[in-house]
Amino acid sequence: MTLLGVEQLDARHGLLQAVRGVTLEVAAGETLALIGANGAGKTTLLRTIAGAHKPAAGRILFDGADVTAVPAYARLRTGIALVPEGRRLFAGMTVKENLMVAGAHGRPGPWNIDAVIEAFPLLAGKLNRRAGNLSGGEQQATAIGRALMTNPKLLLLDEVSLGLAPIAVEAVYRSLTALMAEGATIVLVEQDIGRALGVATRLACMLEGRIILQGNAKDLSREQVTEAYFGLQRAQRAKS
Amino acid sequence: MIWVTQLLNGTLLGGYYALLACGLSFMFGVMRIINLAHGDLAILSACLVFLIADATGISPFVAVIAVLPVMAVIGWALQRWMLERSLRAGVLVPLLTTFGLAIFIENGLFEYFGADTRSLAPYIGDFAFDSFWIGGDVYVGSLAALIFAVAVLLLGGLRLFLDYTPLGRAIRATAEDADTAELVGINARAVYAIAAAIAVASAGLAGVFLAMRETFSPYSGPMQLIFAFEAVVIGGIGSLSGTLIGGIVLGVAQTFGAQIDPKGFLIAGHVVFLVVLAGRLTLNAIRARGGVQRLFARRP
Repeated sequence: MTLLGVEQLDARHGLLQAVRGVTLEVAAGETLALIGANGAGKTTLLRTIAGAHKPAAGRILFDGADVTAVPAYARLRTGIALVPEGRRLFAGMTVKENLMVAGAHGRPGPWNIDAVIEAFPLLAGKLNRRAGNLSGGEQQATAIGRALMTNPKLLLLDEVSLGLAPIAVEAVYRSLTALMAEGATIVLVEQDIGRALGVATRLACMLEGRIILQGNAKDLSREQVTEAYFGLQRAQRAKS
Repeated sequence: MIWVTQLLNGTLLGGYYALLACGLSFMFGVMRIINLAHGDLAILSACLVFLIADATGISPFVAVIAVLPVMAVIGWALQRWMLERSLRAGVLVPLLTTFGLAIFIENGLFEYFGADTRSLAPYIGDFAFDSFWIGGDVYVGSLAALIFAVAVLLLGGLRLFLDYTPLGRAIRATAEDADTAELVGINARAVYAIAAAIAVASAGLAGVFLAMRETFSPYSGPMQLIFAFEAVVIGGIGSLSGTLIGGIVLGVAQTFGAQIDPKGFLIAGHVVFLVVLAGRLTLNAIRARGGVQRLFARRP
């Protein structure tokens, strides 16, 4: 069953067109990894799906309804949650408050503070610490926990491993893999192709705002993805 | 003994300044708007209470209960239809917008009420000048004590509201990062409008107390804005407990100034404000250069 449908989506930053005619579908229970170089439009695509960025054209369908015109705060209640790039925690508030503020505005469901601690054991005992004083890994766990508190049907993760120590990346991905095993629907942006191929069921490669390669993770080789990442296919086509 | 009395008087006066400054500080803390019409909104509220008291004989203490919701609605509407739009155009535009609003309110009030000074004191009977004995030969004004108590309750209540209620947490989250607040389901526009309503209603309450303790005219607003501004800067911007301390410091400075010389009331307040401001700027400059240690470190 298709949970998220994106049709011919265009998104701009002023004159710069960051997303160009993107069409994609995400089925319930699937993990889609978005791959691409810096500036390929991945973050803008995620933010547009979450409602934080207004699209210039195209439609976004979620759970059978057209949500293109729904503002971000209301879209969250339909079940889309974004973990933004750079974590963007409320630094002056405690971990607990960060979680509570999201929980108060989301959908009803099984996620609560205890469940977040269970999913991210590294947050145990840190609930009353100010979010700004946490380590990178703890902050990322809080950011994902904050999104989960809203009981999303679709979780959008933007570069969760960016700026984290390898051991923290391991811890965060261990928790994410458990979520995926439970049937969560996730779209994630990841720079590490190996890791993306490891956790995702499907892959989409973006280049200059377009999706240029899409397929099941098990059908795609590392070489194909690397070529798409650097835009090599197009360069070869131009040569021949 | 006179200095003890004056210290008490100054502290109680500081309660009024804290009440006045609370909304200014809150609005800046949440929306980054410096509301130059803050003092005039306080006077507008005083005028509304005066109208009710004068026309019906209802006590100002009752009338204020009717006027505060009106002030809250005015704050909400201002945010929705004026400040929100001007905020989109950058940080300077809201400053100009509220400056224009200040002139509009002053002249609107002048048009309707004329230049006469008025006071709510005649409408609250003996309470305007009542005092009670607290020991030795120290007496404290009942109204001043009431205003101080209300200020402490309001600032403390606001702190508790921000820390322990879902709406309070939503306001703090929006103040930190409105864009991300939307991503956790908070309607930032609505939160801003609620914050503006709280700020303007608190200014309205301060205005009514001002009108009870002294006289006011349509052009009294700017002076109150300056007092509020001084209290906020002395206490530290965006901090509610700081606002109370800032108000008290300003009140005590003014009262001591007046004790030394009857004309010293304003100047003493301004001097303390300037000293604190200069101190803060110097400290910031030292921090920017790498702290006190580096300032005194020997150059290689």
